[in-house]
Amino acid sequence: MKRHQTLLLLIAVVLLAALPLWLVQKPEPGPDGKPVEIFAGADNKARDLIGTIDPNYQPWFAPLLEPASGEIASLLFALQAALGAGFIGYYLGASVTREKLRREAEKPVEKQCRAD
Amino acid sequence: MHIMEGFLPVEHAVGWTVASAPFVAYGVHTVKRQIHEQPEQRMLLGVAAAFAFVLSALKLPSVTGSCSHPTGTGLGAILFGPVAMAPVGAVVLLFQALLLAHGGLTTLGANIFSMAIVGPFAATAVFRLARSLKLSFATCVFLAASLADLLTYVTTSVQLAWAFPDPVGGFVASFAKFAGIFAITQIPLAISEGLLTVVIFNALARFNPKELQDMKVVSRSEASA
Repeated sequence: MKRHQTLLLLIAVVLLAALPLWLVQKPEPGPDGKPVEIFAGADNKARDLIGTIDPNYQPWFAPLLEPASGEIASLLFALQAALGAGFIGYYLGASVTREKLRREAEKPVEKQCRAD
Repeated sequence: MHIMEGFLPVEHAVGWTVASAPFVAYGVHTVKRQIHEQPEQRMLLGVAAAFAFVLSALKLPSVTGSCSHPTGTGLGAILFGPVAMAPVGAVVLLFQALLLAHGGLTTLGANIFSMAIVGPFAATAVFRLARSLKLSFATCVFLAASLADLLTYVTTSVQLAWAFPDPVGGFVASFAKFAGIFAITQIPLAISEGLLTVVIFNALARFNPKELQDMKVVSRSEASA
């Protein structure tokens, strides 16, 4: 049952991520003829909104280091995810083995009990 | 929820930094003491940090046509309490601010406040409330993680609306606009985060029942179930 549940949960997560790609229609190009970017970051949208609310606002500090390109940025994001996922995988793998060894260690004891 | 570098007025940037600093400092103190007392929990703390690392790196598309990411702080907050997640979230945000130009040093305090303080405290509060209502364990975890995720983004909207009130409608109008970008986008992502946190908890409950029991996250009967 639990294993079933995990599978269903993971399918739901994939659907939640994939469905917007189908559901959201690409907007028509704006009046200046430029195609409107779709699935841009919400952070960037917020930055643009700051520009509309307060057109005079000037950011007073710039990032010290900016990824040289979109590719480098996705490399670093992938690295961040890989490090995290690697650690979780290691921990769960170690836990599974430990649990298995513990069960195997318990088995002979049970038999002895019955023999007594 | 990352407010970009330089995009908070100086007094707001300083204010949020001052507000976040004691939580991070107390969090470091708490984590150190907890690890000292129970060194076997070190790995599980690593898992909580790793979960926040993975989830905050995943930019997912949402129904609003923009992308955002979950926060992953609910898991750690349920396991270790809300304060422990302040330094963990701070590390994630610092990594992104320094290497990815995602968020920033001047906005670090504000971003820590939303993701690493409000989120985890919300997760713990919702978890306790749901437990007291005797909801199933999975439901409690789901509600805690997804509402923590959502509230993080609501907090970001409040922070931005406070710093940039609408010239006509003031704070409320501005909040509605920022929440439209952040909070609405976040709803399906918050659900995803809730589901993923349940998946991790199921695995932990199956393979590490003793740890969860020792940490008083689950009761004895639930751990053996």
